[in-house]
Amino acid sequence: MTVISSQKNAEALSFTVVAEFNAGVERVWQVWEDPRKLERWWGPPTWPATFDSHDFVPGGKASYYMTGPEGEKGRGWWRFTAIEAPHRLEFDDGFADENGDPDLSMGTSHAVMELEAIDNRTRMTIVSTFDSAEALEKVLAMGMEEGMMQALAQIDAILAETKVS
Amino acid sequence: MVVDQLRDADLDRLFQAFADATRRDIVTRVTAGEYSVSGLAEHYAMSFAAVQKHVAVLERASLVTKERRGREQIVRAHHDGLQRARRLLDEYETIWRQRADRIADILAEG
Repeated sequence: MTVISSQKNAEALSFTVVAEFNAGVERVWQVWEDPRKLERWWGPPTWPATFDSHDFVPGGKASYYMTGPEGEKGRGWWRFTAIEAPHRLEFDDGFADENGDPDLSMGTSHAVMELEAIDNRTRMTIVSTFDSAEALEKVLAMGMEEGMMQALAQIDAILAETKVS
Repeated sequence: MVVDQLRDADLDRLFQAFADATRRDIVTRVTAGEYSVSGLAEHYAMSFAAVQKHVAVLERASLVTKERRGREQIVRAHHDGLQRARRLLDEYETIWRQRADRIADILAEG
């Protein structure tokens, strides 16, 4: 199991997730630092993410869009507030309008990501704090799509296995 | 689109209610047991009226209920409102579980 624990605080609107990976800290850091790797996991299969900029320095910004099942686009931005390679990353995460300009009316969240070596494995801890209903709602709207898609992918996998055997 | 179905004024009130540290503390206290407004006010360096205002915000967000008992106003947790916030965060947890699985897949490629 990749995710080993998570903790929700409904009062503070914060969420903590702890995951462990069978890889060294440097390699896990890469999935955040390398935008080509990042876009392979940030968005769900139904809303894949494309990062058109990723200025991975303290104070730098990233901009990305997620493409929905009907070609609709949801745009977002990050602002890296702290980068201590390869152990700690902090960023603000928000939504953007069609031109890629931050839409602050949608609210933002703040993420703190930490990596820690445990033997040959890496523990990743992320604490996300939301400051508005809309920010969480929009993220969740995409998450529901993802849940459905994962179920379909599982069915496809089962069908493919049947064919081989 | 799913986003439109989720838009909800009640939810906005809920999140506004949680945005203040005193209000979060009031929710935590009354979740453990009922309090009178004056009993709550003893815990904060602010006026009775200010605490009463915080309670009113929480009441509008359906996080607490207030009931008059003699000269006291008794505040209790409203569990449905809290459960709703937890449900949203549950969904968010699912997103991160799936992201972590995708990261593991990328790392497995070597």
